[in-house]
Amino acid sequence: MSLPPSQKAAFLAKDRYRKRRMRDLARAVPVIGGILLMLPLLWSNDTLNSTAIVYVFAVWVLLIVLAAVISRLVSTDSPKAP
Amino acid sequence: MVAFNVLVAVALAYVAFLFAVAFFAERRAAKGRGGWLHSPVVYTLSLSIYCTAWTFYGAVGYAARSGLEYVTIYLGPTLVMVGWWWVLRRLVRIGRTQRLTSVADLISSRFGKSTSLGVIVTLMAVVSATPYIALQLQSVTLSFAVFAEAGGRPWGADELAGGAIWVAIGLAVFTVLFGTRNLDANERHHGIVMAIAVEAAVKLLALVAVGVFVIWGIAGGPAQILTQIETSPIATWQQNGSRWISLIFLSAAAFICLPRMFQVLVVENVDERHLNIAGWAFPAYLMLMSLFVVPIAVVGLRLLPAGANPDLFVLTVPLSQGRDGLAMLSFLGGFSSATSMVIVATIALATMVSNHIVLPIWLAVRKNAKQANMSGDVRYVILLTRRLTIAGVLLLGYLYYRLSGGGAALATIGLVSFTGAVQVLPALIGGIFWRGATRVGAAMGLITGFVVWSWTLFLPSFGSAAIISEITATAGPFGIAWLRPDALFGIDGMDPLVHGIMWSMLLNTAMFFIGSVFSFPTPLERLQGAQFVNVFDYSAGSQPWRTSVANAEDLLIMSQRIIGGREAQGFFQKAAQTQGKDGYLPDVTPEFLEALERELAGSVGAATAHAMIGQLTDGSGLSVEDLIAVADEAAQILEYSNQLEAKSAEQDRTARALQSANEQLTALSVQKDAFLSQISHELRTPMTSIRSFSEILRDSEMSAQEQDRYAGIIHDETLRLTRLLDDLLELSVLADGQVELQAQTGSLSDLIDRAENVVNGGKTGLKVLRVKSEETLTLATDLDRLVQVFINLIANARKYCDAAAPALRIELTRLDEGYVVDFIDNGGGIAAEDQQLIFEKFARLTDEGKAGGAGLGLAICREIMTRLGGGIEYLPGQGGAGFRVSLPDHMILATP
Repeated sequence: MSLPPSQKAAFLAKDRYRKRRMRDLARAVPVIGGILLMLPLLWSNDTLNSTAIVYVFAVWVLLIVLAAVISRLVSTDSPKAP
Repeated sequence: MVAFNVLVAVALAYVAFLFAVAFFAERRAAKGRGGWLHSPVVYTLSLSIYCTAWTFYGAVGYAARSGLEYVTIYLGPTLVMVGWWWVLRRLVRIGRTQRLTSVADLISSRFGKSTSLGVIVTLMAVVSATPYIALQLQSVTLSFAVFAEAGGRPWGADELAGGAIWVAIGLAVFTVLFGTRNLDANERHHGIVMAIAVEAAVKLLALVAVGVFVIWGIAGGPAQILTQIETSPIATWQQNGSRWISLIFLSAAAFICLPRMFQVLVVENVDERHLNIAGWAFPAYLMLMSLFVVPIAVVGLRLLPAGANPDLFVLTVPLSQGRDGLAMLSFLGGFSSATSMVIVATIALATMVSNHIVLPIWLAVRKNAKQANMSGDVRYVILLTRRLTIAGVLLLGYLYYRLSGGGAALATIGLVSFTGAVQVLPALIGGIFWRGATRVGAAMGLITGFVVWSWTLFLPSFGSAAIISEITATAGPFGIAWLRPDALFGIDGMDPLVHGIMWSMLLNTAMFFIGSVFSFPTPLERLQGAQFVNVFDYSAGSQPWRTSVANAEDLLIMSQRIIGGREAQGFFQKAAQTQGKDGYLPDVTPEFLEALERELAGSVGAATAHAMIGQLTDGSGLSVEDLIAVADEAAQILEYSNQLEAKSAEQDRTARALQSANEQLTALSVQKDAFLSQISHELRTPMTSIRSFSEILRDSEMSAQEQDRYAGIIHDETLRLTRLLDDLLELSVLADGQVELQAQTGSLSDLIDRAENVVNGGKTGLKVLRVKSEETLTLATDLDRLVQVFINLIANARKYCDAAAPALRIELTRLDEGYVVDFIDNGGGIAAEDQQLIFEKFARLTDEGKAGGAGLGLAICREIMTRLGGGIEYLPGQGGAGFRVSLPDHMILATP
């Protein structure tokens, strides 16, 4: 049993601190993705789909790469399978 | 041209291959050699049941009709997966700790193991999944029809219906065989998961193959395909912003809430770390699945006649180019998409129906509750229910297919079905993030959302005038215009889908919130709420059982009927061993009951497991007082840990003190060794000269003058020896406390005069700076001893002060506890590390006995001052060596 929130350490060692910030980064990825994917709504209706398709898939690849890089930086502590 | 019979043979052979894969995987898992069965790759591929036949065929049709909008269906899940740290990680952890079996189990378990919530969620899931299953049947049937038509024998309505029922029967058989073969303790289906992983690979391969063929085989390269897009009917970006955003939201929510997705994401998850890989690998899969959709749509629109169904371009484009092999692969891809989705969806629904509807009814129907658990094979009931449910769900799908006429565009039905499934979202997200969410709120939200969804989207999906009459649709029910299904509250002109999503989610969430805020949860709800919301803080929860009168044997009999004899006996034996008992019957402790309930919940769901154990234990459930007691225990533990912390801090301090003492001792020991050799030397030098001169006196003839001189030398050396020995003796007497103090009175000024005279003896050398007028202090103490201290301090200054013109300042100061006399010279002072040592016996800072002292002076001073009740200490920071002699008030008779 870990300690209740009030007992958690307020300050962390450097490596654990870094890990926490990587988790923040992991949380930020869908936000970044959501913003980038809403941007096309600001375009005019004359924009060619050939441009849009390149943009959408470029964002998609960016998200995948970001998620892949971050997945190496954050680690989960998994309990054994029941 | 592919003969239709060949196609059927290939499809059957493919199914046989999947059987083999599933069988092989089950065997492997049963032997405990899971190995690669539990790899993140299999997990990622199994998630691909999200991409159903709707994706495989429908996405191209969608793109042909609405351009890029189809990607929203994949972008939503992509955002959820790359953001797995937010929701999925929590969901998977809860699923593992609570042994969840379905999304209905999650909701029911979170809100106090409520049976009624389980029923509501299950019914909603069945209703919303039915159109989707119909969709799969339709797409497989249509793809068969395409080949039949290409073979020159187009299918009529009867053949389509016949094909659909055969597909439904085939799927039911496959699912029953592998989905309900055993009632696992943890509801995992290795065979099925492996089979759908293979199918995932096949459908990706098929779609990529068609895409590559279309781009490089027909269009002539990526650049050409982009040019063709620019000249196609879907050349420009014309997206409705509200639809774009709503659909991304809808698909993201559906990815979490769909019963089949919950099954593969949470229930079938064997290792939480797989999420880490799937977090980017599954978005990559989705991206590849949708990459070629627009090219296929554009080429299909260009090549095929105007009336061709764009939903089947994936098949018809290769066929029109005479690529039968590619068409066959594409058919298998579509077939895989449909079958894998149907299999998992029916398993998930069957689990929900058996655990949340049939079992509670079965338990309630038996009058004698205790007997219900004992008599009859619960396992058999569960398995039978599941098999019947699978068949029933497929039958429902088939009926929907026949009822709706099977003609509507695939995408529309799919989105309606999605909207029905996501009505669980507020209760689910609220349940895992908000402790205040209650059962009443969840039920209100779910029912509201379901009603609004049915009215605005589901019922109209049967076609105009099918269920809702034309008049009701245009004028509102009973003529109430603001309840029109496409314009609730009179807000007109919205896209019907966006309208349905917005109002159902908005009202659902509002009712959930209001209901939660204004109701009070039961103790079990509060306990479960804390365990769900704080799942990362409490790995072991507090028990929902407090005291018990249950008989272990009864519990064993019941468990055997649910999870099977071998598993149940093994579980009981292990529990007994943990308690240090032999045999199969452990003591029925709250801990044991909780573990058993978890174990059973893995098979029959939390609500049923709780109810069953509750019946055997005569309902000795949880009360608010118990919850408070649990909280008190936690507080006590916290208190205890705080005490431990304080103790450990105290030990740290002691250890530090001991360490510094030890260092001092070591340094002293070194000093002592040095002193011993020093004192030997000191004793030896005078002894040597005494011996030599006494020999000379004895052996030589000499004048009386010389005799006098030699005797004088011997005398001097003897004095030196005596002085040394006196010092040693004095110190030991002082240290032993055997000294007698004589009370005397006298003036401080006189004492310092005396000391100064003794040291300087009229000679010049050390200049003593004093303000005699301030030294008018009358002392009552052993003055001889005190003057000895002063002499020592002044003599030290004289001996050791290394200034060119040595000077000693003597100052009297009044402090709180008495007076202090400071002796400060103008020399180099004493190094900080030596300041601790100078008062120790035998301590000497310089090695050579330059002033003939033995390093005992200050030690004697300190002993004297301690005896007199005062003190002496080194006073640092004075520019030279400084000593402070304290004269407390009791030594002072009169002040000026």
